[in-house]
Amino acid sequence: MTADAIHSPGTAIRREWQRFTPRQRLMRYAFYLLAVAALVQSLRSIDIIPEFLEDAPAQVVDLFARMWPIDWAYYPKTVHAALIETIHIATLGTILALALATPVGLMAAVNITPWPALRLLAKFILVSSRSVNSLVWALLFVAVFGPGALAGTLAIAFRSVGFVGKLLAEALEEAHKGPIEALTATGAPWSSIVLKGYWPQVQPSFWSIALFRWDINIRESAVLGLVGAGGIGTALDDALNLLYWDQVALTLLTIFAVVIAAEIIVTVIRSRVL
Amino acid sequence: MTAASIDAGAVADEPVDRSLALRGLRKEYVRGTPVLRDVSLTFAGRGLTAIIGPSGTGKSTLIRCVNRLVEPTAGQILFLGQDLARLRGAALRAARRRIGMVFQEYNLVERLSAIENVLCGRLGYVAPWRAWLRRFPREDVDGAFDLLEAVGLADRATQRADALSGGQRQRIGIARALMQQPDLLLADEPTSSLDPKTSVEIMELMVELAGKRDIPVIVNIHNVELAKRFAQRIVGMTGGDVVFDGAPGDLREEHLKQIYGGEAWL
Repeated sequence: MTADAIHSPGTAIRREWQRFTPRQRLMRYAFYLLAVAALVQSLRSIDIIPEFLEDAPAQVVDLFARMWPIDWAYYPKTVHAALIETIHIATLGTILALALATPVGLMAAVNITPWPALRLLAKFILVSSRSVNSLVWALLFVAVFGPGALAGTLAIAFRSVGFVGKLLAEALEEAHKGPIEALTATGAPWSSIVLKGYWPQVQPSFWSIALFRWDINIRESAVLGLVGAGGIGTALDDALNLLYWDQVALTLLTIFAVVIAAEIIVTVIRSRVL
Repeated sequence: MTAASIDAGAVADEPVDRSLALRGLRKEYVRGTPVLRDVSLTFAGRGLTAIIGPSGTGKSTLIRCVNRLVEPTAGQILFLGQDLARLRGAALRAARRRIGMVFQEYNLVERLSAIENVLCGRLGYVAPWRAWLRRFPREDVDGAFDLLEAVGLADRATQRADALSGGQRQRIGIARALMQQPDLLLADEPTSSLDPKTSVEIMELMVELAGKRDIPVIVNIHNVELAKRFAQRIVGMTGGDVVFDGAPGDLREEHLKQIYGGEAWL
């Protein structure tokens, strides 16, 4: 329907609507074409070796065959101690992260820290903590402290600071202004306002963040052993290097069980506490 | 603060001049557009003064300038022998704890118990670590229980503030303000979130408790009837200026027209 028809009086009005202008449509089709071209080009350049690709199903079956029967005897020998170490790394790392992240979170919250320079510093700490993967932190700390659980714990803590600090700062910024205003009016010093005005308001978020991070850290600390930072990953690494697939199977199964258990524990505590 | 001066009845033995004087008080949130236009007012050291006026006329700004929740742009706030507008840091906090404040939305810490909210009124006096460990001085705890009784909520002491009704919360708000042992009580629309009956009860309670302690009260209020009923003096504001100042009996319809604009609502 043309514009004339719409505006000329007497004729029946049929209005049309289209999501995109012709120009936008053209651009979209051009984008789709480009995406397909890129896919074709990348498939050509990744050097898939056809023999290996054909072989893959057989290899998978073979792998599972070698994993079976699972070497249960390996659990009390090595995996159990490593598992406990993993849980320790995750828990201690989380506690350390909470301690480190609380001041940084306070510094990053705009309603608590009025100085932009200090906030920028806090944001910088939070972003650098998050931009480095746990495995990379672990590599750094293994280089500094040598292999073992200490490096793993610090890696977990330093990776978690960014996560906990950012979420804590957001929770603080969402705190209601009213009670803060009321406590300011009583002449309370800054520290009392934080303790009695902000803390009760962010307390549920704080524990929720802590539990959530602990859950993540259980998973992350399971692989830290691959770079020598202790925990169950060490057992996995050893088994992989020695091609003991029945032990690899046991270790993977243990990690899976522990992650599920952590998930259940966190869900139960959260529903009880919050 | 010593134990002796915390004692609830200790007000009368040392007669303090509790009058408040505002001189040329001006507030501009945006430069060049004043919300308060050089307001000069003197409030006597006793009785209840009601400030009436339409929304957005600077009533809240005026009352918040007194305890510096809002920074005045210019002018003096003379109270207890000092200019509050000049104070900073610890001196400002020391002055603030002499001024209790009651809020429209109660502004309680919702997740704390009623008694702890009342005790929050002592935060200006009590060391942060004591507040943190909930080890308030004995006389403060006694004072808090006495005030809870005075506002009729002694049986709700350990309930969380978010479990209380609006009227109950405002009673806690009043108890918290009085817990400061203030020399002045400010109330910013204390009844605007409450039903008519509760509003009257809250006003009565403020008049009674402040009267017993001989504390002057300044109340922002929309409700002209409540203002006339409880105030000894009414200040009418419009557009950041004081346009009426006198006894409730002298408030005429033409004043209300001038304060609120138009007459269709009368």
